[in-house]
This record gives sequence, C-alpha cells and structure tokens, in this order.
Amino acid sequence: MEINRELFDKIAGLAKLNFSEDQREAMMEDMSKIITWVQKLEELDTRGVEPLVNMSHELNVTREDKPAEHLDREIVLRNAPRTKDGFIMVPKVID
Amino acid sequence: MLLNGELSCTELTRKFLNKAVLNQNNAFTKVFEDEALQRAGEIDQKIQNGKPGRLAGLVFSVKDLISVAKKNVTGSSKILQGYVAPYHATVVNRMLDEDAILIGMTNCDEFGMGSSNENSYYGPVTNDNDKNRVAGGSSGGAAVSVQEGSCHLALGTDTGGSVRQPAAFTGLFGLKPTYSRISRYGLLAYASSFDTVGIIANDVADLELVLQIVEGPDGKDSTVYQGGKSSDKEIESIAYFRQALESEGLQEEIRENFQNVIDRLKSEGKRVEAIDFPEAEHLLETYYILTTAEASSNLSRYDGLRYGHGDEVEKAANLIESYTNTRTEGFGEEVKRRIFLGTFVLSASYHDAYYTKAQKARRMIRDKTLDILEDFDLILSPVTPTTAFGIGTHTKDPIEMYLSDLFTVHASVCGLPAISLPTGEDNHGLPIGIQATAGDFEEEKLLNFAKYLSNLGS
Amino acid sequence: MIEPGYKVAIGLEVHVQLSTDTKLFCDDSNEFGLKENTQVGLVSLAYPGTLPVLNENALEMAIRLAIACNSEIPPITLFDRKNYFYPDLPKGYQITQDRAPVAVGGYIPVGDKKVQLTKMHLEEDAGKSIHTDGANYSLIDYNRAGTPLVEIVTEPVIVSAAQAGKVFSTVRKLVRYLEVSDGNMEHGSLRCDVNISLSKTETLGSKVEIKNLNSIRFVQKAIEFEIKRQTDLLDSGKEVISETRLFDSVNNSTSSMREKETLNDYRYFPDPDLPGIELRKEFIDRVRNSMSLTPWEAQHILKTKYLLPDYDAAVISEEKELFKYYCTAAESCANYKLLANWIMGPVKNYINDTGDSDVKFPFNPEKMAELIEAIDRGKVTKNAAQKVLFPEMIGTLRSVGELITDLGLAENKEDELTLIIDELSNEFPKEWSLMKSGQKKLIGMFMGQVMKRTGGKADPAKAKELLMNKIG
Repeated sequence: MEINRELFDKIAGLAKLNFSEDQREAMMEDMSKIITWVQKLEELDTRGVEPLVNMSHELNVTREDKPAEHLDREIVLRNAPRTKDGFIMVPKVID
Repeated sequence: MLLNGELSCTELTRKFLNKAVLNQNNAFTKVFEDEALQRAGEIDQKIQNGKPGRLAGLVFSVKDLISVAKKNVTGSSKILQGYVAPYHATVVNRMLDEDAILIGMTNCDEFGMGSSNENSYYGPVTNDNDKNRVAGGSSGGAAVSVQEGSCHLALGTDTGGSVRQPAAFTGLFGLKPTYSRISRYGLLAYASSFDTVGIIANDVADLELVLQIVEGPDGKDSTVYQGGKSSDKEIESIAYFRQALESEGLQEEIRENFQNVIDRLKSEGKRVEAIDFPEAEHLLETYYILTTAEASSNLSRYDGLRYGHGDEVEKAANLIESYTNTRTEGFGEEVKRRIFLGTFVLSASYHDAYYTKAQKARRMIRDKTLDILEDFDLILSPVTPTTAFGIGTHTKDPIEMYLSDLFTVHASVCGLPAISLPTGEDNHGLPIGIQATAGDFEEEKLLNFAKYLSNLGS
Repeated sequence: MIEPGYKVAIGLEVHVQLSTDTKLFCDDSNEFGLKENTQVGLVSLAYPGTLPVLNENALEMAIRLAIACNSEIPPITLFDRKNYFYPDLPKGYQITQDRAPVAVGGYIPVGDKKVQLTKMHLEEDAGKSIHTDGANYSLIDYNRAGTPLVEIVTEPVIVSAAQAGKVFSTVRKLVRYLEVSDGNMEHGSLRCDVNISLSKTETLGSKVEIKNLNSIRFVQKAIEFEIKRQTDLLDSGKEVISETRLFDSVNNSTSSMREKETLNDYRYFPDPDLPGIELRKEFIDRVRNSMSLTPWEAQHILKTKYLLPDYDAAVISEEKELFKYYCTAAESCANYKLLANWIMGPVKNYINDTGDSDVKFPFNPEKMAELIEAIDRGKVTKNAAQKVLFPEMIGTLRSVGELITDLGLAENKEDELTLIIDELSNEFPKEWSLMKSGQKKLIGMFMGQVMKRTGGKADPAKAKELLMNKIG
C-alpha cells in the first residue's frame, strides 16, 4: 500500500514523531514497503474466528484496597527534567 | 553447584570481572565492579556460616531493558539517558534474594526491537566467535556476556525470539518460557502480550534452577501465572514443519544439521514426522502487526516529562513540539518505524483490516499449534535461517531483518515455551541451534529434551 | 425561561470519583488535598516497566452503582486503552472500558420519570494541570492521576436545564447513600459533561458537548445558554457545529474548545496487562446483600411504612444519616408525622447551623423519640418543647422526663390553673366584674396574667376554657 503524504503526516502526528524532508522520504518508502508486506495477511481466511485478545491464563486478578508507601517526592522531582515548586513543569499547551 | 569448593565466590567473581571490564564485544552497558565484589565477599561469608541462598556462586548479567534499582536503565536508548531506576524488577529481586551476583547490564537492541543488536544507542554487540559478525538480538549483549566468559548466565527478554536467536548465534541454551510464567514487572514493555523474561546459559541445570526461582505469582503483575501446573516429561513423538525445512532462505548447513538431528532422533526410536502448517505463512505479519500495535502504546510514556532525556523539553516552544522533538530525537530509526506501523494498524480506518485481523490470525495459529501438540510432544524447527550474519549486512532493508525471525516468532505468537539448543557449527565454525517448542507450562519437557539431546552428543 | 420551538435532547456523562483508599490500578493513597506530587508512585507516574493491578474495592463500588440503577451486569468485564498525549496522562493512554463495561442500561428515578442510562464504566482519572495566564509553561500535579472514576452515561432523554440539575443532584444523593463517593462537587468528586442537541424532528440534531461542570447551577446555566445559542443559530437558518465547548462560569456562557483537541483518534484496543473480571451471580448477590439501601428505597419506606407524604419523604431521605436518624427515632414513638415535622424543622435547622460537611445531630434519635412522645402525650406543649426544652436537650445526658420536671415545664394541671384564675379574680375584682358583665377584651388581660404567672407554660386553650367556665 502506498503511503501518501497526508496519511503519513496524520500517523506521525498521532505518534508525536516528525521527520526532515529526506528522512520523511525514506520513512515513507519504508512504511509503504512494510505495510504492503503485512497486508499479505488479507489472504488468510479468518471468517468466523474470534480474535485472540488475552494471552494470560488468569482471570479475576485484583488487589486489596490498602495504601502502600509513597514514592519519595524527592525522587519524583529529581528524576523529572523540569520542575517548579513541587510541580512538574511542561511547555505550555499550544494556543 | 558452581563453586566445587575450588574457587570462592570472590575469586570467581573477580575472574568474570576481569573479562567483563574489557568489554571486548560491547556486550555490557555497565559493569558493577565494586558492588559485585562486595556482594561476593558477603556471600562467601554466608557460605561460611552455612546459610547461603540457592543461587550463591551464580554470577549473572541483566539486559538493559530490565529494571535494576539505582542504575541508569536505558533500554539501550537515548531517550532514557539519565534515568535512574528507583526499583528492582521482580526477577532481579528474586535472583538477588537467593544470593546470585549481578555483574552488570547488557547491551541490546533499543527497547527490544531488533534481531542483531545493531539498533542500540551504544553501538552493536559483536559475536565473540567473529568480531565482524552480529551477536543476534535483541538480547545480543546478554548472550555474548555468557559466550565471552563474563558470567554464568544472563537474563534477557524474548518477545519474538530475542533470547533464542542470540543463543543460537553464540552456541548457548536460550529459554523463552510460557507467556506469563515469569512476572513482567520491571520489564520495559515492548509488546505486552508477547514479552517474556528469557534466560541464556551454557548449562541446562542453571536454566532449570533459575527458572524455578524467578517464576510464579507476583502481586505486581496481573497477568502472571498463579502456579500449580505441571508437565509430563516424556518425549516420544516430535513434529516439524515441512515448509520450514524446504524454505528457500535456509542456509544449507542449517538444513543438513536439522536433518541430522531428525535422523538421529528417529534412530533412537522417536516418532518424528513432517507436518503441514499453511497458517505459518502468516506468522510474521501477525507478529509484526500485533507487537508494533502494543509497542506504539507502551512507548507513549517516553515523553521526557517525568524521567529520562529532557533537553528538548527545555527548548520547546510549546507542548506538541516538546513531545515530538523529544521522541524524534530520543528514539532510533527502528523504534520509530515500529511506533509508526503500530499507530497505523490501530488507527480508526485500518484497525479492523490489520489489528483485528491479526488477532484472529493469532487465534487460528495458536489453536492449530495446540492441536498439533495433542498428537506430538514437541515441535522442532531451526532457530534462524542463517548463522550469525555480518554486521551491517541486513540493515538496508528492514523487512530482510524481520524475515530472519521466521522460526522464532511462532512460539511468541502462541504464547508457548520454546528453547534454543546448540547442535553444531557451520563451515565457518559458527554455531547452529535447533528450537524445540512445547505446550503451555511444559518447560520441564523442554529442559529434559535439552539434556537428552546434549547427551546424545551427535 | 426560554420556550424553545425545538425539541431539546440532553444527555449527561457524570464522573464519580470513588472514595476508595487507593487508586484504581495501584496502591497510592486516594486521599484528597495532599501536597502536590506526594500521592504518587511508580505505577501512577508510568515509570518504565510498571504494570496495573485492579483495586477490588473500586470494582465492588461500581457494582453497587450498577445494582442500584437496575443495570444489566455482563458476565465478564474488560479493560481497554484509550491512547492520546497530554501531560496529565502519564502513560500516554488512559485505562478505561470500551468493549465490556461493568454496567449496561438501567435508570435513575427522578421524580416520576425514569431517566434511562446507556452504561457505566470504570476508568482512571488524569492528573491536574495548572495553566497560568501569560506563562509559557504549565504545572502538573500527578496526585489525582490514576484515581478511580465511574462514568455514568445517560441516554439523551433529559429535556430541560431544570431536569438536568435534578438528575445531577440525584446522582449525588445516590453516590453518598451507597458510600461510593462523598459527592463533593467543589473537591471535584463529582463532575459532569453535558451533551445537548436541538431538533424539530424525531432525529437528534448536532450534538454539542460541554465539559467539566462541577455544580448543579453550572449545569443548568450552561444548558440554558446552549439552548438559546443553538435556537438562535437554527432560527436564522445556520447549522449547529458538533463540537466540544467549555463553560465560562463568570459569564454563564460556553465557548468553543480548540479544534485540535477534539480531533483525536484514540485507537482503543484491549489492555493486554489486565485479564478479564468475571462478574458471577454469587459476587453480585454478595454485593447486593451487603450494600446500603438506595435513596429511592428510603423514600419508599418513609411513604409506605411511616405513611409520610411525598414532600416529607423527599426531604428526610435527602441524606442517609437523616433517614437513619428518623427511622431509629420512629422505632420508639408513635406519631410519625409529628416526628417528621420535628426532623424537617428544628433538627434540620440545627444541622444547617452547625454547618459541617459531616452531619451533626443535636442529640441521639432515642432522645428525639422521647421528646415526640412527651409532646404527643401532652406532657409538654409544642411551644414549650420548641422554645425551651429542645435547646436544653442539646449537650446533656439528662432524660426528657427529668428536664421537663426540672424546668417546670409540666403542663399545669387543671387545679393549678383554676387556683391561679381564682387568685386573679380576687386580685383584680373590678376588672373581673367588668369582664363578667360583657367586656370581652378584658379576657385578653386575664389570659395574659395567667400566662405570666405560669411563666408561659400554661396551655392557652385549657386556660381559656377554665376562665370561661368560671365567668359562667
């Protein structure tokens, strides 16, 4: 399947990835090839088959409603690249 | 078990460390020289007092995709540079509680995505047999850490073959357990319904012991197996896929080697049969659609805001830019390709045609495989179409790399346990492996088979 | 009140923050009001390698709601991922329910109407972002990230702002009764999105969504504004754009959100980290048998067992504590209506005056019953009970009987009154004769004297009767 520029940009936008002009060319080509390759799955007759959704052999896994130790705020803030007054700082949402 | 009273823990550890710090194959991202020696000393003390853990004397490495507290766990990615993990993965805790010694963290393909360990922020891992060849991936560093003599055993991860394939390339045993047998808490998630902790060693007994110690219930992982399943161990009947042996890309020496094993087993009185598995044609598509879909979601948390590489956050004019630049800068090419594909197959217009279709294919493949395992104790196959290939030879075309996963993705798609065993060498002296797959929770059968085949000594 | 020529169809999506001790998928505490970023852990911050595990109490609370609303509970409930990027969403996806939510259908009784529900599902809440005007950054507090929500979705069967307000307040009452949430809108325990469309036909018009309303008043104002806005658009032949809008509580108006926010492909898919939860009959029965009654069951009891009128039943069942107080008191007294009057009047006033978020009663319900009995049996007048006895009962352990005696509140016996009247007739002979010969207005003077001498405690009716008898 050919990936056109519009579809490419839409997917890249959802994934929060961007590409320079050349990179985009290469990536579009790669993705077109790869998508064409996986499209081969169409040939498999899956009529009447239920999707396999869960690979775990367990059901009904829950835990008790009991609080545990919190992560030291020190660690939280230390790991974050930008903080201010105990909050995590992020660039402003686009206006 | 490993000490024989000849070497103390400290001496043993030092011996391994001498090799590890040289890092001749770029197998390690970090070596814990001081800590390992200190721990070794403590364990020697415990041995003196007669109270050592069950793994006392075992020196192991951990793939840089599994959380180790206070260490910069990176997933071999730029995006996690600077991230200091605040906790141990469950498997690491269990190993350390039994007095195993952690010697360092091993290089891998970024976030587990790759089959050659050439997709790492830290550069490729070379095969100790031939430094111009790959170690395999994604747990290349893990395999080589054992191969080159830097530790007894390595913990890696196996999502589509990432432990079995490097084991085959390096002449070692590589076990992928049943999906959910070992807790995934602490594994940096790639594909949540495929990821398993894998174990690489040159001694089956070590594999067995470590499996016993790390497996089983863990309150932190909702999917983990709650225990209580046993496996019979008799192996009388073995199946293999006709198409596998007849496949074009299969290296001649590997075909011969496989045929030899089959012949040998037959001569030992085992029933060995070739069967058809047409659905296998679609294994790779099924695998790549589903794993990339899950990966695209699992990797969304890497946004530079709460941990890891945050330079772009500083520079960005607004939030979208921040996300996009961080991720574009921080992820390697292959990871970006997979995130892209995963986002695509989950997107509204394509969801049913790709993602749902692949889930259906997964059911068909697993059901068919379980049917086969009703009639046969094991399924045998080669591990890889070729022996360790040259560095840089498969990197132009991503699909070429994906095709090399052909034999290993089967067990991952089905969630079944599989083991890769060394069975010979090619004309260049490069190791060849064979893969055995069994039913859910039948690891014992696989380990038994490994011992059996080794003893046959073919 | 705008009379629309259009049919208004309103649906509510109510977000109920559950009052569990821990978050939905991890064991961080679920307290309110802690210092920013102190109520967070590895899982809620989406640290690499972490995994979710479901809170059993949150599940049970959701089932309570489903049972209370007569919803259909599926044999197995499943979790899905909703994928999008926002700083208050650490994983880059929200764990929610799409394919198999905990409840389907059901209804909430509001007045005589049954407001149909579409479904209810469990989901994680996001963290909080603080945007300062003019700043080029935002601040994020992750305390709330991962706290458990139940989203209750109604069918678009609500027809007015007033009705919407009633539905929202009924949900608040319900969650408090069931003890699944404190329903505190100011704290954000209860929030609401409104979907509204106008149409002249049976087909629904363009749906507009208004997000994040956290008071009944805002819900009503937002709807009123929207009805007018959409009516104006449609009247002038324009189209209503289907979009998401935000409410401005200063101007009581709504405005468009950035288009970007609303154009998202969430790529829902089953969460592979969470196995399904079977909702078996034994489990549901256990929840049903151990859960509190609903507000409508409480109202029913008040009407059928205690024969109270609709109005009384509604007021007394407003808060479960009040209802329980009433029922406990009613066990020990016979005049249910009298008891109801006292609960709706003096007791409620007391509760309102003490103004706590916790309901505080003047004294225990057994004492209340004693008071009602005393009035009912004529041991004390209503007047005296209200003005004197009630305040004295607060904060003391003394019985009603003791207090009546000590305060001298016992209704004067006939002889006492007769005695007082005789005395008065002797003390004021001139006025007495005048009254006897027909000056009716002097009756008032003597009555006043009687009341004065009895410290206001005499039963006026009785005193008058005796006085008139003596006059002859």
